[in-house]
This record gives sequence, structure tokens and C-alpha cells, in this order.
Amino acid sequence: MINWKVILGIAKTHLLTKMKSTVTATLGVTFGIGAYITLVSFMTGLNAMLDDLVLNQTPHIHLYNEIRPSDKQPVDLLGNVANPLNVVHSIKPKQSQKKIHNALPILDYLKKNPQVKGATPQLRAQIFYLSGPIELGGNLVGVDIMEEVRLSNIQDNIVAGTPEALENNDNGILLGSGLADKMSLAVGDRVQISTVDGTIFPLKIVGIYQSGIAEIDNVQSFANLKTVQRILGKAENYVTDINIKLNNIADAEPLARKLEKQFKTKAVDINEANAQFETGSDIRNMITYAVSITLLIVAGFGIYNILNMLIYEKMKDIAILKATGFSGNDVQHIFMSQAMIIGLIGGVLGLIIGFVLSKLIDQTPFETEALPTITTFPVNYNIAYYGIGISFALISTFVAGYLPSNRAKKIDPVAILRGT
Amino acid sequence: MSFVLEAKNINKHFHKPKDFHVLKNISFGIKKGEFTTIMGKSGCGKSTLLYILSTMDTDYSGELFLKNELVTGKSHKELSRIRSESIGFVFQFHYLLTEFSVLENVMLPAKKLAKKTLAEIEQDAHDKLKMLHIEHLAHQKAYRISGGEKQRVAIARALINEPAILMGDEPTGNLDSHNSENVFNIFKRLKEDQGLSLLVVTHDEDFAKRTDRIIEMEDGAIIKY
Repeated sequence: MINWKVILGIAKTHLLTKMKSTVTATLGVTFGIGAYITLVSFMTGLNAMLDDLVLNQTPHIHLYNEIRPSDKQPVDLLGNVANPLNVVHSIKPKQSQKKIHNALPILDYLKKNPQVKGATPQLRAQIFYLSGPIELGGNLVGVDIMEEVRLSNIQDNIVAGTPEALENNDNGILLGSGLADKMSLAVGDRVQISTVDGTIFPLKIVGIYQSGIAEIDNVQSFANLKTVQRILGKAENYVTDINIKLNNIADAEPLARKLEKQFKTKAVDINEANAQFETGSDIRNMITYAVSITLLIVAGFGIYNILNMLIYEKMKDIAILKATGFSGNDVQHIFMSQAMIIGLIGGVLGLIIGFVLSKLIDQTPFETEALPTITTFPVNYNIAYYGIGISFALISTFVAGYLPSNRAKKIDPVAILRGT
Repeated sequence: MSFVLEAKNINKHFHKPKDFHVLKNISFGIKKGEFTTIMGKSGCGKSTLLYILSTMDTDYSGELFLKNELVTGKSHKELSRIRSESIGFVFQFHYLLTEFSVLENVMLPAKKLAKKTLAEIEQDAHDKLKMLHIEHLAHQKAYRISGGEKQRVAIARALINEPAILMGDEPTGNLDSHNSENVFNIFKRLKEDQGLSLLVVTHDEDFAKRTDRIIEMEDGAIIKY
């Protein structure tokens, strides 16, 4: 039978009389766990922000017609020749329209699919922005703006004006922020655009769009789908792109392959589009984990050292306890409970310090041109990290305490009491 | 008559640094209420024998009976229990837990045994301290009292579980004559008043002469019974 009251009483006395070592060991754990929480919250916060920055620009599945040569050239259709070796020079892309065939029925079909959260039509047009005699090349994207607001974070990127203003104005445009700077335009001004054919349209600026990625902001603007169709002189079913948002991002790849076959269009899923980005993300995560684990291991070694010292100092006490009827297991429990108390107190303090530091970072101003919606450093308050932190504090103190306490358990009282 | 403690053919070897036969065929018994001393020159194996008898050292051959029960070959866990129940031990040095108060030191073995409630244990501890005239020290830290007092606290601790036998490894070895006399008188009184069996290893001939029986050892064997 283990008499926990007595064992904890002795452990408590040991910890209180050796206040200095106890505090040092506890602070070791506290700083380890605190640093872990702060670091992991901050780094994952940053990672999530960067992920959002790029991934939210990309739909889960993007349908469009790709301009490319036919897989089967006419000569391949010439069937019955033995061992043919066909050589075709100067292959040209297949003549076809940029628009997606049957775009409207496809949209209807997609909207009924339970895997799909929403599908939005887009029309991308090459245009020129006119500023006096200067022509700036760029593109104008016709969108169903309220659907985009529902499905993507486009609203965060509208730094002036509102999406509703665009919805309500047939000649409205959400101008890219880079373009607005170049042409010294603001909301309420008018901008003239010219299509590739040379037709000129005046549009009213109802908002400024800033994605944070300069390459996009310098060329891209948004207008209503109908406006762009009218500018290009196309019918209402003229849609060049369909962006699909899914309920579960994991369905993106198989569904993209299926849609590709079904509608004979190109379908790019999010992983394919951001393969490079994923790698960067993974590496950042790996660095986060490597640093965290190092911190936690260092804290663990601190505890191991201090407990080892404590047991060395308490050698005689251990022998006396054994001589007065305490078993090896009791002695081990005494030292294990000291380790666990240090781990628990240090761990909880660490969580608190980590939380406070995270809060501080969260309050720190962080304003950058590239990220219009961010005003302070991003922090991820995931409860799981706190769980991992406290578990690691307990596990590492357990391991760090186990080895020295096991030594204490095996101490031969006779050898020590006889002073040999 | 039955023995409180009985040793039969106990042999022990030290294996390091080289094989050395420390104890040779030790057999004897201690009756209830008997005050026995073991004497002998340094290195004759008397302390080694005492640690075997106290069940702390288990590396020996032969048989050891405590209250007619064979204890040889029992597990460390059982031996711990037997030790706290039946054997009180007083060392040459006081060996108190210096960070604990005198009262806590005395109570500790009883708390471990957990046969009585905390209130009863505290009452017992106070009784023992009173008997040894050191009750006023109960709440002092153990490192703040004098050597003679420490030894008396150690005796109180040894007695807290009402052991069948009290063992001492030169309990007066580190004390001046006045305090030695004191300890001897305490032992004597314990034997007479409570019928406690005592087994004490000592160098002090005056001390030994006044006890019931002297076992003399030389070179690991009993030469005078």
C-alpha cells in the first residue's frame, strides 16, 4: 500500500527547504514551455496568415479552357499503316474559343453537387487602362461579386468602397490598388478602359482592391460579369473561368479529375496550383517543430540535472528513510512526486507565460503595404498547443525524474549509514 | 523459551575488492527483555552482523528468525514492513532528517506504517518525547538541537512503532560520558519498564559490563557467548 499523504508530505518538505533548486528547476520548465507556446502560437499564426494570403486567392478547383495543341493530330487518324512514324512540323494550338462550353448548365450542375460549397463564373478580359496618352496593360475580371464575397475573402481585400456598391452599379469597377496609385485615381473617379479591339469604355471607380501581391494589384481589376460581357460584346453565357469552392478541401483533387473528364475542360485543383507554396509551408512547419522540440528537451535536461543533484544531496535521508521502514518504491515515489510537482507547476506557469507573451505579440502593431487587413502580428491561440505543452512538461519531468529516482530506489542504506 | 531474534549459521562474504569471509557461522538468539551487547575490535564484523540482523542487508547465507518467523529470503517490500513494525534502530550518528521538525522525525515511521490515525501517532510521539525528557524540543527543526538531544530523538523515533527489539550501532560512540550515561539509563529503563529486547554494538566496555549479556566477536566469529 502506498501512503500518498506521507510521501507527498516528505516531497513537499524537500521542495520547500531546497527552495532555490526548486525554483530553478520550475523556472526551467516554465521558460521551456512558455517559449514553446509563444513560439508555436506566433509561428503557426504567421504560417496561417501566409497560407491565407496565397491560398485564398486560389479557388479549390479552377475550370477553364486551355489553349494547347490537340493530343491527336489529323495524321494520327490515318489508321491502317504498319509501324507508322508520323512527323508533324509547326504544330499550332487547336482553334477553339476561350469560353467554357455550356458554362451555365455546368454551373447549375455544380451548385447541386453536395461536395461543392459554391461555384462562381468569371470572365477574364485583356484590357488597357487609359490615362491620357498612356496605356497600361492589364486585365478585367467579370465576377458575380456577392457570390465571391460569400465564398472567398475578397471583401478583406477591398480597401476602399464596398462590394455592394459594385453590385449596384452597372458601370462600376473595383480598381487594383497599384493601378490606382499609378494613375492617381480614387473612389468616385472615372477610368477609361480599352478592349483589345480598341473599343473604349468609361467606368466609375466604386472601390479599390488590394490583394497584397503587387503583381496582381498592378494589373487586375474587378467588374460585374455582365459589364465585362457587354464591354467585350459577348452573350450572357460567355464565361471563361469557373471557380469552385468545396466544403472539404481534400475532395479537390479527385473532383478536379472527374470534372476534367466530364466537361472536357482543364481543371486545376488547389494543390496542383500551389505545389511550391505547400513545400514552403511544410518547411516552415518543420522548423517550428524542430525549435519547439529543442526547447522542450533543454527544459527536460534541466529538470534531470536538478533532480540528480537533489538526490545526491539527500543520499543520507534516503538511507534513513529506508532504515526506518520505507521501501525502495516509497523512496522512488517521493522523488517522482517532486519531479511531477515541479513539472506541473512549471508547466502551468509556462502556459500562462506563453499565453501572456502571445497576447503581447498579438497587440504589437504590424502594418505593411502588402497586407491591408493585418494591423497586428497574427497569433494562433490553438488550445491543442497548450495541451501539447502541458503534456510534454509532465512527460519530460516524468522521464527526467524517473532515472534519478530509480537510482534513489536502489541505494543500499547499509553502505551509506556505515559511512563507507 | 522462544527467542525474539534468532540467527542460525549466518555466513557473509565481501566480494570486493577481493573475496573476504566476514562472518563465520554466527548462531545465537536473544530472549524477550534481554539487554545484549556485541563487543569486538574494529573490523571484526560486528556492525556487519547488526545490519544483517536488522534485515537491511540481505546478502548473506544462513537463516534469520524474527519472533519465530523466518525472514530470510523475503522480498524487500516485506522486509521494509517487518523493519518498521518490529525493529527500532539507533545509529552511531543521529541520522535525523534535518529539514523536518523533531516531532515529524519521530512520527515519520508510524505514518509510513499507517496503523494508527494521525492524532494517535502525534500523541504517541509526544509520549515518547516526554519519556525521554525532550518534549520541549518537539517543534524545533532537527538541525537546531544538540548532539545528545539528537540521539534521544533518534531513540524516540526508533520506539514510535513499539518494536519487539531495539538495535543500536554504537549509539553512544559519538557522545560524551554524561550523554552516554543518559542513553544507557534510557535503554535500561526501556528494558525494565517495558520488557523491550535490546541489541547494541559497542566499543564501550563500561557500557557493556552493565548489560545482561556480552557477545564477544573476533575475526568474524563469536568467541564468547
